[in-house]
Amino acid sequence: MDIRDDLKLIAEMVQPNSRVLDVGCGDGALLDYLRHTKSVDGRGIELSMDGVRQCVAHGLSVIQGDAETDLKDYPADAFDYVILGQTLQAMRNPREVLDLMCRIGRRAIVSVPNFGYWRIRLQLLATGRMPVTEKLGYQWWETPNIHFCTLRDFVVLTEEMGIRIEQARILDRAGRVTGRAHSGFANLLGEQGVFLLKRD
Amino acid sequence: MSASQPTVVVPADAGLLPGKRVRLGDPVPMRLDSGAELGPFEVAYQTYGTLNADKSNAILICHALTGDHFVAETHPITGKPGWWEMLVGPGRPVDTDRYFVICSNVLGGCLGSSGPKDIDPATGQPYGLSFPVITIGDMVRAQKLLVEHLGIEKLFCVVGGSMGGMQVLQWAVAYPESVFAACPIATAARHSAQNIAFHEVGRQAIMADPNWRGGNYLLEATRPEAGLAVARMAAHITYLSQTALHRKFGRNLQDRKAFTYGFDADFQVESYLRYQGAAFVERFDANSYLYITRAMDYFDLAADAGGLLADAFRPGGKTTPVRFCLASFTSDWLFPTSESRAIVHALNAVAANVSFVEIETDKGHDAFLLDEPEFHQVIHGFLEGCAEHRGLTVRRRAR
Repeated sequence: MDIRDDLKLIAEMVQPNSRVLDVGCGDGALLDYLRHTKSVDGRGIELSMDGVRQCVAHGLSVIQGDAETDLKDYPADAFDYVILGQTLQAMRNPREVLDLMCRIGRRAIVSVPNFGYWRIRLQLLATGRMPVTEKLGYQWWETPNIHFCTLRDFVVLTEEMGIRIEQARILDRAGRVTGRAHSGFANLLGEQGVFLLKRD
Repeated sequence: MSASQPTVVVPADAGLLPGKRVRLGDPVPMRLDSGAELGPFEVAYQTYGTLNADKSNAILICHALTGDHFVAETHPITGKPGWWEMLVGPGRPVDTDRYFVICSNVLGGCLGSSGPKDIDPATGQPYGLSFPVITIGDMVRAQKLLVEHLGIEKLFCVVGGSMGGMQVLQWAVAYPESVFAACPIATAARHSAQNIAFHEVGRQAIMADPNWRGGNYLLEATRPEAGLAVARMAAHITYLSQTALHRKFGRNLQDRKAFTYGFDADFQVESYLRYQGAAFVERFDANSYLYITRAMDYFDLAADAGGLLADAFRPGGKTTPVRFCLASFTSDWLFPTSESRAIVHALNAVAANVSFVEIETDKGHDAFLLDEPEFHQVIHGFLEGCAEHRGLTVRRRAR
């Protein structure tokens, strides 16, 4: 089974036989992977009907819903892990979503694209226009990504919220892990970060 | 359809219909939610497929308001295909080659299970309104007795839409240990004020028919056909969407080129509704219609659980073990998506195992009975996933 690099990294952070909620689970690739490689009890939330249909048709437990309205329904510690892959920046209120994730899950796993990545910095500097990259290929007026942050920004937010980063993986453009901790270099050289979080 | 016939046609003599029947509530009568006791009583049912050795592959299908147990075969009265043949049958999402499918006529019904048109053994006359008022809970209680009679301890799945979905929910709440999975489709955890209102219109239409005779029409050899037909016509509108009605009929005239300036069925939609009403009285009993609509009106899972719906799914303080799959349809205004979502929210609140999808369609409430491939894929996939967890042999398809 093959899945996206950041999803594989997320999967590595998940203990076998745990309870997982994948927020914005898309077509269920990660949940399916976790079910088969880690025997997790997986659930998903997905906005698109098509995604949900594909998931349920593959035997995954997924509800059609919106993270920002539906996460609050779950009781505290309902899951061992609540996962949010590459969508925090698309939330209307990322801080609240992060807070909810760390409440309903004993741990949260979040992957975020790094707006401080050197190519993005360079594009802005050189062209004076909003950066458009391979992975973030939207024009400013059409992008669903309304709350971009740098890895440094993300780390600062977790500190403010009293959330501990238990593990960090910094990925380069090819999806290789270039670092296991956040640093100024990581903020420059990493295209995205994957973080295992725990409420203090 | 307005004038009563000189000879009275009782909708169907259950004894002559295909299918199976069992006498339940004997010798111990069944206690109903109203406090009354019923027994012995009959339950008519049909089965498809084969029960496996450890009796773990049984799926119970629950029918809607005017449905019956002929879910996957040609209807013995109307000659039409089974009402859920698209979903249930060999190679279908509810695959009768793999599962043992049971469907029973609800208590209070008129196609073989005990209802108001049957003879009250105490008086030797049809029950009429002396038949006890039935609830969704009572229907499910009777189904539980049937399932036990068939020697099945735990159903693999209970599936149903609309009122059938209410029964599915009731099963999951009343017998969480006897249900592995549940598919409540296009339904609600309680009947809304609007839906009660529509039912009341239907009931008043029946009761306003002089041939209803206070419910004693069978004794008096007449039938409230006009009233029952009007009830059906009104209800039928609620099963469709405005878009679907308009697409089907628009403002087209029926077999004429101009208005007649009278009250004949000038419009196709009028003619269609009249036909629906007339066809319905051939197969349905007016008092049964009163009883079954009442059962739906009384349904309120949260109220039964003390006010909080989530508590209904927390038997003994623990999360329900039942795996749920809900589906709703975008253009269904009788059981809108918000009703399904309320159930999903309650299930999430106890961290139950739940899937939910809203299917895009313009066919209204009726969509659950129609050719909706995406809906069928969802049911198929859900059952496949559950079969795997239940240890029923499955050939897993590659992703």
